[in-house]
Amino acid sequence: MKDQFVVPARLKTTSFVLMGIGLLTLLIGLFAFQGEQGSTRFWAGLLQNSTFFTLIVLASTFFIAATTLAHGGWQIGFRRVPEAISMAVPVLGGILFILLMILVFTGKTDIYHWLDAEHVKHDPILNWKAPFLSKGFFTTATIITIGLWSFFTWKLRKMSIEEDSWDLSAATGKKIVWRNTVWTGGFLVVFVLSVGSTTPWMWLMSIDAHWYSTMYSWYTFASTWVSGAALIALFVIYLKRNGYLPMVNEEHLHDLGKFCFAFSIFWTYLWFSQYMLIWYANMPEEIVYFKPRVWGEWRPIFFLNLLINFITPLLFLMKRDTKRNYSAMVFIAVVIIFGHWLDFWQMVGPGTYHHLVFPWFEFGIGLGFVGLIIFLVSNNLTKAALVPKNHPYLKESIVHHT
Amino acid sequence: MAVKNFVVASFDDEAVLFPAVKKVRTAGYKIHDVYTPFPVHGLDQAMGLRETSLHTAGFVYGITGTTTALSCMSWIFTSDWPMNIGGKPHFPLPAFIPITFELTVLFAAVGMVLTFCYLCQLAPGVKKHIFHARQTDDLFVMAIEVTAKTNAAELKKFLTSIGGLEVNEQRVEAGWWYGRFDREDRLFDNKQPEPVNA
Repeated sequence: MKDQFVVPARLKTTSFVLMGIGLLTLLIGLFAFQGEQGSTRFWAGLLQNSTFFTLIVLASTFFIAATTLAHGGWQIGFRRVPEAISMAVPVLGGILFILLMILVFTGKTDIYHWLDAEHVKHDPILNWKAPFLSKGFFTTATIITIGLWSFFTWKLRKMSIEEDSWDLSAATGKKIVWRNTVWTGGFLVVFVLSVGSTTPWMWLMSIDAHWYSTMYSWYTFASTWVSGAALIALFVIYLKRNGYLPMVNEEHLHDLGKFCFAFSIFWTYLWFSQYMLIWYANMPEEIVYFKPRVWGEWRPIFFLNLLINFITPLLFLMKRDTKRNYSAMVFIAVVIIFGHWLDFWQMVGPGTYHHLVFPWFEFGIGLGFVGLIIFLVSNNLTKAALVPKNHPYLKESIVHHT
Repeated sequence: MAVKNFVVASFDDEAVLFPAVKKVRTAGYKIHDVYTPFPVHGLDQAMGLRETSLHTAGFVYGITGTTTALSCMSWIFTSDWPMNIGGKPHFPLPAFIPITFELTVLFAAVGMVLTFCYLCQLAPGVKKHIFHARQTDDLFVMAIEVTAKTNAAELKKFLTSIGGLEVNEQRVEAGWWYGRFDREDRLFDNKQPEPVNA
């Protein structure tokens, strides 16, 4: 049984090439986007990509937490995969943190116009929101959230690796289940209070500072969680194709496919709930968000978003056979991740650089992040055995039947 | 409706049942059905049953619901009785979506329940023969059809050898009938055997 992952040279090369593309794009962007208007796109592109990719690797921690707390045994067979993906959280979170601090402390008012103190004074709405949208609160909250995410991710991973040197007795099994339940429960509280409520308001929604939608955070969560599930599926399939994870079969893939299917629909539910209420009420302060997206230049992207993220997974993943087919799942996972990247693009773009542009810069940076994720994940996969052999639910995972 | 002969065996363990199903199939006998007190994962594959077409039916019902809702509302609000509701256009697609969704779910759900009942031959008053009183309690019961080529005595011995607990032969109605269990015997030319552990 191949239980120890060795990074294949090809994967390493791919990750370095992608990271190279990302760095090159960053450099080109630095020179291409000069001046007042130009630099907006540079920073907005970085903000879009770093939040998106941080949140989709964080979705792996959420995956571990949710399935552990629900006492789901099926995921144990490939649990080291989401664990390895989640270990990218501290690194990507660090990049995101540096970026946000640059935006806030160099006063990028073209991204976050609530940073303009002079303007806020004469703006009753922003003035009222000032306790929340202020440098102090933004910085503190960002440090706490990214810090707690990284801590819990690191802790869950550490506990899991530590358990490999334990034994298989019933008492040990109980201990493993109990302490995982406690720690994942703690993480979920943090996760719901951050990704589920305030963090996307702070990082992304405050681009359109006058506008607000309570649905926004859940919408962002749904977007990143479905892409996160797709990312886990991609790595599981990659390992499976290379002869690892012998206990994982199409039954497990089927369940990952169900996650992609179900949460694509959940995303649409939130998308629609946010859109319809605003459309129905038709109040100027609310439709300001949808005006450039539905009736402006971004109209094609707005509807393409719905097509890629709802219609495609709905029709494609509806059949049982596609969820159990490795190639079909690779295809749809890539489509889902790209689709939600597009979703983040139309969340950030219209509020910052207003005009619809060909997203070569955003896409290049995105490829860089993909390379970084591949690099980090493959390195982390080598650091532990691929099967947590002492976990009491391992047998349940092996005999899993959908 | 046909009265047929069956050789019936009961099992008290999944771990015995699965290999038994496999061996019976390999030996070439025709399994009529296996009755279990709870859904046994993987038994359908072990028995070689084809995948259900229930989900395809569900998709068709769902699409029917979507079409019904959208076409009905569009017709009403654009040509039959156009109304001005809150200054919205006469074809307000977002407002139609919740109702379209509900009707899709309703059509799919009701249609699938009815189709499920049809596929399983279930309806109020419809009766089927119960091979063993404990098949819904704590035993797995396998019924094998006795065809022209089957040697019943040999089959009984075979079933005992692979772990069958109570092996007997029953001449019963294979399909469903409409009526009462206490009048079941009218259907048959001979009485069915008494359950062994009654």
